[in-house]
Amino acid sequence: MGLVILRINNIVLLKHSKLKQLKLKQEKGFQRFIKTLKKEKYLWILVLPGIIWYLIFAYGPMYGLVIAFERYSPARGILGGPWVGFKWFKQFFESQFFWRLIRNTLLLNIYSIIFSFPAPIILAIMLNEIKHGWYKKAAQTISYLPHFISTVIAVGMVVNFLSTDGFINNLISLLGGQRKQFLVMPEWFRTIYIASGIWQSAGWNSIIYLAAISGIDSQLYEAAIVDGATKLNQIWHITIPGILPTIIILLILNLGHILSVGYEKIILLYNPAVYETADVINTYVYRRGVAGGEFSFGTAVGLFQSVINFIMIILANKISRNLSEISLW
Amino acid sequence: MLKKLSIGDRIFYAIDYMFIALVICITLYPFVYILSCSISNPAAVAVGKVWLLPKGITFDAYRRVIEDRLVWISYKNTLWYVSVGTTINMLLTTITAYPLSRKRFSGRNPIMMFISFTMFFSGGMVPTYLLVKNLGLINSRWAIVIPVAISTWNLIIMRTFFEGIPESLYEAATIDGCNDIGILLKIYLSLSKPVMAVMVLFYAVSHWNSYFNAMLYLNKEELYPLQMLLRKILIQYEQSDLMADVMEGRDAVGQTIRYATIIISSLPIISVYPFLQKYFVKGVMIGAIKG
Repeated sequence: MGLVILRINNIVLLKHSKLKQLKLKQEKGFQRFIKTLKKEKYLWILVLPGIIWYLIFAYGPMYGLVIAFERYSPARGILGGPWVGFKWFKQFFESQFFWRLIRNTLLLNIYSIIFSFPAPIILAIMLNEIKHGWYKKAAQTISYLPHFISTVIAVGMVVNFLSTDGFINNLISLLGGQRKQFLVMPEWFRTIYIASGIWQSAGWNSIIYLAAISGIDSQLYEAAIVDGATKLNQIWHITIPGILPTIIILLILNLGHILSVGYEKIILLYNPAVYETADVINTYVYRRGVAGGEFSFGTAVGLFQSVINFIMIILANKISRNLSEISLW
Repeated sequence: MLKKLSIGDRIFYAIDYMFIALVICITLYPFVYILSCSISNPAAVAVGKVWLLPKGITFDAYRRVIEDRLVWISYKNTLWYVSVGTTINMLLTTITAYPLSRKRFSGRNPIMMFISFTMFFSGGMVPTYLLVKNLGLINSRWAIVIPVAISTWNLIIMRTFFEGIPESLYEAATIDGCNDIGILLKIYLSLSKPVMAVMVLFYAVSHWNSYFNAMLYLNKEELYPLQMLLRKILIQYEQSDLMADVMEGRDAVGQTIRYATIIISSLPIISVYPFLQKYFVKGVMIGAIKG
């Protein structure tokens, strides 16, 4: 608004001739714009369906976020409900589940950064040192395999293996132990979730690191060997620094999702007996927001999560840019 | 390589080779176990006699899965979702990626920002669900393919690939009087076969494996994709069993049926992936350039 007033003042102060000049310039600018549009009409025709899709299916739900601040009812539509301010947020922050959800979500993320994140890095470094081509290739092909198994099947396998008469329990009882009902024991949920996640994705995620390693100048290794560096020295002083930019970029992307976890897997894997450790923000949004029909409340919880995630990725990017000059943008 | 190795390095290599062997075993074992169980005598599986190789080979479980009407319906549905979904994906991704790869396109930067923003912020599950519902797509096959018509990540991969195509080709075609649509169809598509193959694979696999949208948007069994049926057979059954604390008296054949279902439903992907692997890897690499 201020800008507009400033502009009007300027125009009033301008001499008549100058005003004419300015008008002419603007007209030219507009004509140039039309000209560009004409020249690029096919490009715009091509890109238009994509833009429309993004408007509807990506920005549409963002517009739908307003129902977090009202008492939404499907009959009255998105703008039809009475405004309630931050009522749903308050209700969520004060609910007995709030801290449990925050704790579970954060812990699953922290554990996956501690355990799942380094797994493909270690695998890539170890694979890279394998000198027999056929062995390396076979190992790679096999390690990608679980990535092609759907989440449903992966969870189905986990459930089958951990059931009371499943493979793990058969092994335990063979070794003289007591059979356990892992899937209804809250203290086991995080281990099961993280371990099965590593099994499924470590091989696949190692591809990016292997690519990064292959980009390291081989002269560095030769020089190090001349200096008498052992294999471990080489890994520590050449390989790891060489892939550090890749590691940091992927870490930033991971940190940006600190308040969201692979909920599609959790929804398959959990049951009320393990909500204590398994229920995360996303699964809660699904249960209450979609399945339970509390649309406004579910939207508010989801918005809270998106905002924290957005802040996290900006922060992580900033910190990384300051510390290492590596950033996403 | 045949140079004399120090003792430290020898130990390193020994540990490395054993470590990789262990990784191979851990990765493969569940698959071998499931395959063996699926063709074993159900009674042997139930008492935990099968460890690696099948005991008392029988294909009963497979017969029972194949005879199931729902298995075939959902298999067909999945084929529909994969083929129609991937076609829509490829069409939209290509025509959106091409203009964005033209460096002199005036809309390039604003549209890229408009698109990238959606990677970092989204409306979330409930508003998306309500949108699909308000569009009248609930219990329609379109609900499975339209809301996921473009993956921003894949779009960026494709745009990056297009950007690598020499500008001179574009200029030559323009001089010959070709417009952008013609250039895309005649030049870019024929030069982009590798990235197209990668995109088809990425999209097709994600359609093949997805279950969550079907769970949200469909509640008619005739529309269910295979993954939804698998969820019922593999997980819900099992969980309700567990919750009821039934330890004994479970249907012994049920167990092997579950194993057979796992094999039948993942067979198509497992049997083609070694051949497609190099394309997948290439796709991840192209993605990594941008990443």
